[in-house]
This record gives sequence, structure tokens and C-alpha cells, in this order.
Amino acid sequence: MLDGLRLHPVVKLVAQRIALGILLLLAASVMIFLGTLVLPGDVAQAILGQSATPVALANLREQMGLNDPAWQRYLHWLYAALHGDLGTSLSNGRDIATQIGSRLGNTLFLAFWAAVVAVPLAILLGLLSVRYRNRWPDKLISTLSLASISLPEFFIGYVLIYFFAVRLGWFTSVATIYDSMDLWDKLSAIVLPVTVLTMVILAHMMRMTRAAILNVMQAAYIETAELKGLTQFTVIFRHALPNAIAPIVNVVVLNLAYLVVGVVVVEVIFVYPGMGQYLVDHVAKRDVPVVQACGLIFAAVYIGLNLIADLVSIVTNPRLRHPK
Amino acid sequence: MAEPFLDIRNLRIEATVYPPGEPARDIVIVEDVSLTLEKGKVLGLIGESGAGKSTIGLSAMGYGRGGVRIAGGEVWLNGRDIMKGGNRGFRRLRGKEVTYVAQSAAAAFNPAKRLMEQIIEAALKHGVANARQAEARAVDLFDRLGLPEPESFGRRFPHQVSGGQLQRAMTVMALVPEPDLIIFDEPTTALDVTTQIDVLAAIKRAIRDTGVAALYITHDLAVVAQVSDEIMVLRAGSKVERNTAENIINNPQEDYTRALVSVRSITHEEKRPTETPILVARSISASYGKLVQVLKDVSVEVHPGQTLAVVGESGSGKSTLARVLTGLLPPFEGEVTFAGRSLAPALAQRSKEDLRELQMIYQMADTAMNPRQTVETIIGRPLGFYFGLSGRKRRERVVQLLDEIEMGPEFLDRYPAELSGGQKQRVCIARALAAKPKLIICDEVTSALDPLVADGILKLLLRLQKAEDVAYLFITHDLATVKAIADSIAVMYRGELVRYGPKSEVLAPPFDDYTDLLLSSVPEMRIGWLEEVLAHRKMESAGH
Repeated sequence: MLDGLRLHPVVKLVAQRIALGILLLLAASVMIFLGTLVLPGDVAQAILGQSATPVALANLREQMGLNDPAWQRYLHWLYAALHGDLGTSLSNGRDIATQIGSRLGNTLFLAFWAAVVAVPLAILLGLLSVRYRNRWPDKLISTLSLASISLPEFFIGYVLIYFFAVRLGWFTSVATIYDSMDLWDKLSAIVLPVTVLTMVILAHMMRMTRAAILNVMQAAYIETAELKGLTQFTVIFRHALPNAIAPIVNVVVLNLAYLVVGVVVVEVIFVYPGMGQYLVDHVAKRDVPVVQACGLIFAAVYIGLNLIADLVSIVTNPRLRHPK
Repeated sequence: MAEPFLDIRNLRIEATVYPPGEPARDIVIVEDVSLTLEKGKVLGLIGESGAGKSTIGLSAMGYGRGGVRIAGGEVWLNGRDIMKGGNRGFRRLRGKEVTYVAQSAAAAFNPAKRLMEQIIEAALKHGVANARQAEARAVDLFDRLGLPEPESFGRRFPHQVSGGQLQRAMTVMALVPEPDLIIFDEPTTALDVTTQIDVLAAIKRAIRDTGVAALYITHDLAVVAQVSDEIMVLRAGSKVERNTAENIINNPQEDYTRALVSVRSITHEEKRPTETPILVARSISASYGKLVQVLKDVSVEVHPGQTLAVVGESGSGKSTLARVLTGLLPPFEGEVTFAGRSLAPALAQRSKEDLRELQMIYQMADTAMNPRQTVETIIGRPLGFYFGLSGRKRRERVVQLLDEIEMGPEFLDRYPAELSGGQKQRVCIARALAAKPKLIICDEVTSALDPLVADGILKLLLRLQKAEDVAYLFITHDLATVKAIADSIAVMYRGELVRYGPKSEVLAPPFDDYTDLLLSSVPEMRIGWLEEVLAHRKMESAGH
């Protein structure tokens, strides 16, 4: 929507936010790079291990360019990363980008299905608790979601495995998926981890939805809607929800980010080949290039998702979308 | 005489309050009020805040705000007692038989939706019309109520139209479902006078054209007299009297009604300007940021012991002038001289003596006081700060000041929440007086108060001016207040001074266009005033 030569304010705001996101990502990459510099020892030592002789170390450092100034090495690393080259794993000598590619795909697959279940469910439950606020459905939803967030995820995971995999035999306890499986098999493999993840993130989103809508329910235009004879649910859904989108999207996005970067425990319990497990394995092996690559990808996911939340709140604000 | 279609009998309304630190208890808001209304008639409900007028109005829709509930009595509408229908019954009549126009249309429209969608929503919900019919009716009403570009007006969002237009759009929203009754709840209170007159005319025309009945709720008797057939006066949840509008205005029976009719009858003899003004503002220009210039070359003087009233509508720059004088907003041009010495532009550079001699009182006494401090602490603070008083001496002085504002020593230990609106404003006045200032800037100090309470405050200010010889710079949008207390007047419009001088000269013809518009828009307490003004304006515009 170009208004003559002047840019529409939304376009301007969006461009600003995207630029800011890129800047933030660059800052994060610097932090990640600096973080690995602070660690004792360097990559050459890590590769050669205990048996390193000073000469071998010096040769390897020369070979890997470790004697260059830090900013040069940073630029090299960044340049390569931007071209899809995340380096080579120290522990198994394989290309990191290819390894991460399939791992990230698995993580996104799990996160996607957890989000598909959890987000609509959370918003629906939030709407219901507003509709029946301070009555038993509200209290029940509140108590159950609190209980599920209070229990550690490994506990929920093992309880689910015990009942649904061991006792009832409905699902497998190991959620490993392969490229050769069809979609249906994959989905049935991840039912239990998706359930655990849903229970973990549901409460946060549900409570935020409830609070955001209740906040809007104080507004005068809600009274206007009630005085039109609309039913409670119509009032909440049509008049309150559209004005509560921004805070809800923010908390939804935070939880989505958690689904991508924070599910190590669940992946380990269900032996799921995702990013979290990959990261933990290589941290244990002091495989610095892999840790850097994972850090960069996690940062990108976090910043990208939050950028989306910002964009949604800008675009859903009628004052910005339709200026005077 | 036609059968009344609305018949409220012995209405009793209660609410549960939760005072801090005390157990919840029920209070009675409306006690034994009965009223009837015939089709096509307009009944004005008038009273001060807390009189229960909005609560009674909403009871016709079976609606209670917050914890308010209808505890007794009957509400008969179109031959049935609506209290027996339950929530389902209420929903069936709301938005169909009875509709509502709120005080602040700016807050009452959903900011996320286009106007048309909201305006036709009730008609669609109740099956009164299909979308096409409802939109056609809305467009027709936009046109009749004088809204711009009626065909496309509904496609705008609420923030894209002005306050006066929104208030008319809300009236259209109430009319689209073709209700039997509309409840107007202070529909013009939040508007400037020059806007109010247009909205009033639009509402009156809409009522006449559609034959709908209305309950018109307001605290302004002069306004309600223009639109109502009958008026019911309420006080503290009970009926005082009910009569035709004509009789209420010209022949009130009860003392309370008489007080309402004669409100703003304060007279004040104008003093002539002196040779030595206490404050001189010369060629002040100021802006927020770099873009919006809100004051353009404004020069005024205030004389010792006299009142300069600065009058204008919202956006005229009158409050900005106060911010410049107090140093909160340094001007980018111009100079302020106070008691013969030049004042530093910014607050931080002013001496303690400058600060002491120039005090300020605000519109919202509520937010101008720390809710966790007692009256003694609030009034005592300037005594300690400027004069170093403490202990018994300070307390004695606070009691003395309380006496000056006609409040007793029993208020010393009260918190702001335990005071009425008028008492709060009095405490703020005492706090300003405590500094022994030469000039007090009063920013809309009576706007948030009921007329009778406001009258009391104005009388107090006038008396204090005589006793303490303090000058006032009185900022207001209310011309009646100006007439009552000013010695000289500055009329502002869009950041410029359009008329300035002694009261008798400013209020005497010939007028400039804006001052004329402003003066003629102030509702007068007589029947037929609205028609006269409108007819006069029509003639004038035809003459040009």
C-alpha cells in the first residue's frame, strides 16, 4: 500500500522491525563466537586431545587459521555460516549442516504438531475460562493446567510411557522416526511426546489468554456489545478477542520458541532424534563448531519468532493499519 | 392519554461494596423510584453523580454495572415484567426493544472493528433486518444526522472520526434496530460546547423523525431542558420531583430543584487592570517535539489579586500555556516575567521563592494527591518545604488552612479516599494556599465536579482571593464559570489568542466569529433555546 511516494506507516514499522531483528541476530552471533573463545583450550587442543605435542598443536593451529586475529576468524565463520557452511564436526568429521538439517527437520516436525494441538486448545480453554470466570469450569481448567505445568516433564513422560506404552500398548515408548516412515507412522510415533509438550506449554498460553481477554472485558465497548443482546460467548469471541491478540500472540510465540530450543528432556526420554539431543551429545564431546552452529540456529529461531509476534501486533492494530 | 409502554414500579437497586479492610456489605443505590413513559416521549433524568440516574436507565434493559443488581420492584416493558424473563429474556430486549447511547462514544465503539459492522450488529442479531437493509437504514441516518460522506462513513474505524461524529454514529447505532426506547446516558458531556450543540440538534431531530421514546440522562439541566418533554429530578437514589420540562425550569417546587436551576448565579464585580501586573507572558510560542506547534505568539497579563480566565476548547493550547508558565514546558520563544523579575524557562532553574509564589491546582484532585498520605501530611508538606514548619506549629497552621477551606480539624487524619470530590479539591486548594503564593494556576478545577459542588468551590476561591489577595490564572472550557469569576478573559483557539481583554469588553459585541460561536453554544436554562440558536445560525449562514 504505497501512498504516493510516502510509505504506509505499517510498511515502515515492519521494515524497522526486520532490520532490528537482523541486527540482533548479528549481535547474538558475536556473543556465541566470543563465548567459545572464553572457554579454556582451543579447537586444536580438543582435536589432538591428551597426546598433543607442542609442534603438532602449532601446525594444526596454523593449518586451521587459529593464529589469525579473532575478528578475522569471526568474519570467516560468519561468512561461511551465511553460505550454509557451518563447518565440520570435530567428533565425527562430518559436515555439520547436513547433520543439523535432518535434526532440525525432526525438531520442527515435533514442534509443529505440538503447536497444532496446544495453541488452539489453549485459546479455546482461555475463552471458556473467561466465559465461566470464577465458576467451576474456570477453576477446573485453572487447576488442571497448573498441575500439568507444575509436574516435571520427565515425570509426565514416564507416567505416560508406563500407562499408554507399557500397560496398554497403544503407542511405542520410543518415538524415533526415520525418513522412510510415512506420515501416519510418524504421527503415531510422536503422540506421547506431543502430549507431554502440550501439557507443558498449555497452562502458560491459556492463562495469558484468560488474563488478556479479562483485561479487555473491562472496556466500555464490551458493555456496548452486551447491551446489544449478544450472547456472552459472542461478546468474548467477536469483541474481546480481536483486541487481545497482541499479548496472546506474544506468549504463544514464546512457547513455540521453547518447543524448538528447549525440549532436550523430552527428546531424551522418548529417544527422539532432534536438535536438543544433538546439542547435548556434542556439548559432552566438547565439539565447539557444533555447539556454535546450534547456538546460531536457536538464536535465529528465537529472534525470528519474536519478530513474527511483533509483526502480528503491528498488523492487527487498526490504528496503524488504517491511519487517519 | 396513551398507555405507558415503560412502567418502572418501586425500583430498588443494591450493590455490594468491598471497602478495604472491612467486610463486604450491601448498599442501596436506588430506593423506591417509579416512572412511566409513553411512546414517542422524552423523559429527562437529572441529578448529580451518585444520584442513580444511569443505574435507573440501565434497569430498563435489565442491566447492572459491576456488582449492581435490581433488588426489588418491577420493570414493565411492552406489557411484560422483564425481571421475570431471566438472562435469555434480557438478551432478547437489549438491542431490539431498548438501545443505549453511552457517554463516551470514543470508548464505547470497538477499536478493532469498522463502524458499519458495529452499527448493524444488533439489527442482524435480532433479525430486524438483513445486512443490506440495515446498511441502507444506517446510511440514511448518517445523512440525516449530518455525518460526512454517508455512503462511505461506515467503512471507517472509530479512531478515524472525531468525537462529535462518533457520538452521532452511536445514536445511529441505537436507531438502526428501530427500538421503542433509547437510553441516552450523558451523550454530550464529554464534548466541547460547539460540538455539543450539533450533537444535541442531531439527537433531537432523530427522536422527532423516528418517534422513538427516550430516557435522557444528564447532570446538566440546561441541556436536558432542550430535548425533554418531562424531567425527573433525582437525588441520592430517590425521586425529588417530576414535572414537565417547562415547569421544572420556570416553576420548580422543591428546594433542591430550585438550587439546580439557579446554579451558576455567582456574581463577581470586575476589577480593572492595574499598572503593575504580577505575571506578564510575552509572545510565547511552544511546541511538543519539533512538529506540533501548540502555542503561537501568546501574550497575556495577570494582575495582583485578580483573575484571568483562559477559555478554549480541547486542543486550544490553554493547558499548554499553564505548562509553560510553571516551567514544565520551556517555550522556544517568548519570555515570562513574574513580580517584576524574569522567570527561568525551565522548572529546574527556578529559585525556591519562584516555585513558592506560583502554585497550581489540577482538574483531577484524585490523582493530584498521594492516596497513602493523610490530609495533614498533604497540606503540611509545603509548610515544611517552604517555611520549615514542623511538629505542633505545622499542625496548627494546617488546622487554620482547613478552617479557611471550610473543613474542620476532624479531617486531619483522613486519607483522600475518605473524602468526597468537592472535599478533595478543597484540600488541593489548601495545599496551594499553604505556600502563600502570589498566583495560583487553576487548571479546569471544577470540570470534574457536580454543578452545586463546583459552585461551592468557585465561591470559596473568590472569598480566598479577597482574603489573601492572590491572583488566579483560571483555565476552563466552561463559559459560565468564566462569567462568574473572571476579571479579564483570554479566548484561545488552536494555539492562538483570538480575543483578550477585561471581561466586560470581551463579552460585549461586536464579536469575532469564534467567540460568537463559543458564546452562543453555551446552553441556556430555558425552553426553546436550542431552536432559537439553530434558527439564528441558519439565518446568518443564509445571509452570507
